[in-house]
Amino acid sequence: MVNLEKSVLSDLLIPGAYYTTKLDRAMGWARKYSIFMYPFVTACCGMEYMSVASAHYDIDRFGAGLPRFSPRQADVLMVVGTVSQKLAPIMRRVYDQMCEPKWVIAFGACASVGGPYDNYSTLQGIDRIVPVDIYIPGCPPRPEIVIDGLMKLQEKIQNQKHPLI
Amino acid sequence: MTPETLISQLTQDFPELGLSVRVDKGHAVVDVAVEKLSLLMQAMKDRPEYDFAMLMDLTAVDWFEKRSVRFDLVYHLYSVEHNHRLRVKVQVGESQHAPTSTKLWPIADWFEREVWDLYGIRFDGHPNLKRIMMYEEFKGHPLRKDYPYDKRQPLIEESWPVRNLQIHMDEAKKIHRP
Repeated sequence: MVNLEKSVLSDLLIPGAYYTTKLDRAMGWARKYSIFMYPFVTACCGMEYMSVASAHYDIDRFGAGLPRFSPRQADVLMVVGTVSQKLAPIMRRVYDQMCEPKWVIAFGACASVGGPYDNYSTLQGIDRIVPVDIYIPGCPPRPEIVIDGLMKLQEKIQNQKHPLI
Repeated sequence: MTPETLISQLTQDFPELGLSVRVDKGHAVVDVAVEKLSLLMQAMKDRPEYDFAMLMDLTAVDWFEKRSVRFDLVYHLYSVEHNHRLRVKVQVGESQHAPTSTKLWPIADWFEREVWDLYGIRFDGHPNLKRIMMYEEFKGHPLRKDYPYDKRQPLIEESWPVRNLQIHMDEAKKIHRP
């Protein structure tokens, strides 16, 4: 693994033909360390989210420590827990209200595939209504795997295109 | 009162209601016809020797094809004053209505809405009998035995947006590059 931060910063100082590509990397670097999450917490996974968000596991170390409770100010929608059919339009609306660029994390088995609830009331995975970037397995997931998922998302943000226009 | 004295008291006090009583696993149980339910409930609430101030729970059982009368309504009553409990069971057919208990116990409002929502049993005299758990657009009653277990009624279209799927696959390739 190369040290992306150092290479991006030093590359930016050199004017060259690859400037737009390098700008993507700089934007990715900036965005992956300033994740503002919208915690869409519906069920027991929320306890693990609280654990991971507060001092002991502390996702603030990864730049994701400031939950925003307005979709306008958030850029990662974290769906934590079971989403029922009744709640699905509301979650879709929260997603639609978020500004680009935006990412979605499915936190736990219920958000990913419906979990144990294979019944009339439960949405079988939020990827049926919104595009999901990272699936975090577990029922509920341990904080370590949440941090692993967050780091995977950071890697994804780092390596994707960041068009400015 | 102990469950045994409670059921003997009940048979003494209400011979006209045609109650069938028993003690099931230490719990007093009384079966009553749906026409007599309001009379029994009124007496259970008002009479000081019973004094059932709380309706703990109201639910239903769907026997589907196993019995000619399809549903059971199950009321759980509790007396704070005497610390005794009573289970009242009523058989209700598919086309029958049950009388409401909302005038005796206000909590019955939500319980009866739940039973209507999930089992489709109607309560006469209920002030606001509409769905409480499921959404208004939902068709049918999901806890009935003939509701298909895998039948879903989504409110919005369930599908991957194809454009986003392509973006995802491109990004996934980038992450898992060698």
